[in-house]
Amino acid sequence: MTHEKLTMAQALNRALRDAMAEDDTVVVFGEDVGALGGVFRVTDGLTAEFGEDRCFDTPLAESGIVGVAVGMAMNGMRPVVEMQFDAFAYPAFEQIVSHVAKMRNRTRGRVALPMVIRIPYAGGIGGVEHHCDSSESYYAHTPGLHVVAPSTPGDAYTLLRESIASPDPVVFLEPKKLYWAKEEVQLTPVSSSGRAMEGRETEARLTPASSSGRAVEGHETEAHLTPASSSGRAVAGHEAEARLTPVSSIGRAVVRREGTDATLIAYGPSVPVALEAAEVADREGRSLQVVDLRSIVPFDDETVCAAVRSTGRAVVVAEASGFASVSSEIVARVTERCFHSLAAPIRRVSGFDIPYPPPKYEHLHLPGVDRILDAVDDLQWEES
Amino acid sequence: MTGDAHHLLPSATPVTLIGIDGHPVADSGRTFPSDADLRRALASLITARRLNDQAYALVRQGRLAVYPSSHGQEACQVAAAQVLDDGDWLFPTYRDTVAAVGRGVDPVEALTLLKGDWHCGWDPYEHRVAPHATPLATQLPHAVGVAHAARLRGEPTVVMALCGDGGTSEGDFHEALNFAAVLRAPVVFLIQNNEYAISVPLARQTAAPSLAYKGIGYGIPGERVDGNDVAALLTVLGEAVARARDGEGPQLVEAHTYRMQAHTNADDATRYRTDAEVEAWVERDPITRLTRHLDLPAAEMAAMADEAEQVAAHLRDGLNRDIEPDPARLFADVYATPTPQLREQQAQLADELAREGALG
Repeated sequence: MTHEKLTMAQALNRALRDAMAEDDTVVVFGEDVGALGGVFRVTDGLTAEFGEDRCFDTPLAESGIVGVAVGMAMNGMRPVVEMQFDAFAYPAFEQIVSHVAKMRNRTRGRVALPMVIRIPYAGGIGGVEHHCDSSESYYAHTPGLHVVAPSTPGDAYTLLRESIASPDPVVFLEPKKLYWAKEEVQLTPVSSSGRAMEGRETEARLTPASSSGRAVEGHETEAHLTPASSSGRAVAGHEAEARLTPVSSIGRAVVRREGTDATLIAYGPSVPVALEAAEVADREGRSLQVVDLRSIVPFDDETVCAAVRSTGRAVVVAEASGFASVSSEIVARVTERCFHSLAAPIRRVSGFDIPYPPPKYEHLHLPGVDRILDAVDDLQWEES
Repeated sequence: MTGDAHHLLPSATPVTLIGIDGHPVADSGRTFPSDADLRRALASLITARRLNDQAYALVRQGRLAVYPSSHGQEACQVAAAQVLDDGDWLFPTYRDTVAAVGRGVDPVEALTLLKGDWHCGWDPYEHRVAPHATPLATQLPHAVGVAHAARLRGEPTVVMALCGDGGTSEGDFHEALNFAAVLRAPVVFLIQNNEYAISVPLARQTAAPSLAYKGIGYGIPGERVDGNDVAALLTVLGEAVARARDGEGPQLVEAHTYRMQAHTNADDATRYRTDAEVEAWVERDPITRLTRHLDLPAAEMAAMADEAEQVAAHLRDGLNRDIEPDPARLFADVYATPTPQLREQQAQLADELAREGALG
């Protein structure tokens, strides 16, 4: 059994390489994805390995990138395009909403668009404005798109392979702060209130330029290159097991941690925070289950509702502003389906309804362990 | 980068090969299309005009929701379709129905969108005609992508991408030209400059000397052609297609024409232009001009009119057939495999309809 230590960025890179090696219709393009290897190094080495026809830099125009990908997908290719940052994907919004999402339906299934739009997204990296948006709700609201967000290197690999193989377009959201899978999976110092405080780095950087060094600081998660147990559990503070063999993960949520008292529902960058909260709660004598959606669209009602029914209480954790969001959708649909199993209304811990704040303020905005545990405390325990 | 970019600039006046009087223009310096090509074009023009007028009438009869007529612009669309090979692609706008028909799309399927039966009525792969684009210029990057994919595979495909004068103001027009130039994608961008974007005249759209000047900034040669002279269009577009096929990269052609009718039946053109202005374009009509030039025997002209009449009858028949909307169609083809949520919603609708049926 080959073991390789991979960060999420490396796992994504491996997924692209493996897909390109297997299928010569897979092409990768976007801004700085060639010689530079992408500002997050996700496309590192692809041009060298596969040539400029397979991985190439484009003019700096996101609508053009996505629009050209639509045409290539219409004509036999499987494009994987990179939007450099969440907020820089907005120029492509018309192409995504009016064409990417609708082409199959407009043409009665005659024209499929097998394409992937990769978007580094969300905050927690000390990025300046326009670099930290959680834009998933815009895409999740648009019928015709699949929307996924991995939280572990293993899922990143699997989901990206599946997304590339999918006959439908996928918006692939990559949590920037998990590219190097660091402190989010570490236990953090306990505060005076007895609760964990997040020891998050808040380096202010426009783009994480240096790929060297950052990946070898001993914070990597481990990925196995051969099939491993599918427990899917990430042990907080340690290594995640990743299987680099595609299985069906699009549309499937996974229980990351078993628990009996309440369920935390999270996805993407919020999963390690939820796991950390569960770890702290465990020391306080409360058993929290953690569900990782992985796939926002399609939504796995079955797994999520089974989890919530098993505990009778739930908190949804998401970085995005809560109003009219994926988190509000989760609360609505779980409540509709599990009302009689609920001991308390489902709570949300989301970003505030504000523009994403500057780096010195983001710790106040992002859902943290304390805020999650406060919400758990509010789940009407006195009545049970 | 080369210093001298003059070869990218269009001529001072549009290329014209047949004058309003039907006689060839002297010293055009351009190749004149063959007689056979012109006869084929005339037959297509007559059919195209008949289709435009039939569709316009069908709106009045309530069979179409609306129709953006290309009456007066048919030469651009006929030529755009005629210069392509079978393996090429056409990307039409919503006003380019007769171009799609020129590629072989069934007129009834071409009007499915406006009849309201579905969005795109034809199989885009059957005749290599992309769906009508109603959001302006958004189809142009797609055209570049189709061309680039073909080029990567070493196929000789050329893509004819249509847009209007208004569309040149959209960001996607510029992004598409730039991508095409950088990728050296074999695309011919044909701008049908019909002077109006609904009510807004060209002067409000651009301060450029002509829309063909939009090419030079991207390193794309621009040409201007009389959009009501099908001979000039066949030559200019044919040569542009040949250059693109030969690996010379994208080409830009601006065809000067005029939208003789309102934007659609829902529009009132008298609010923004005079009858005199419209009247001045009547003598430049592409069919009158080519008919004068070819001066065909009456029998041959009658045969063309008959053919056009048959196509119009086929269109009338097709549009007079009402469909029974299939509720399942709403949920099909949103994804390759319906999500569990869509299956639930489809079942809910079916149940709703079954209960209504039971009541009825």
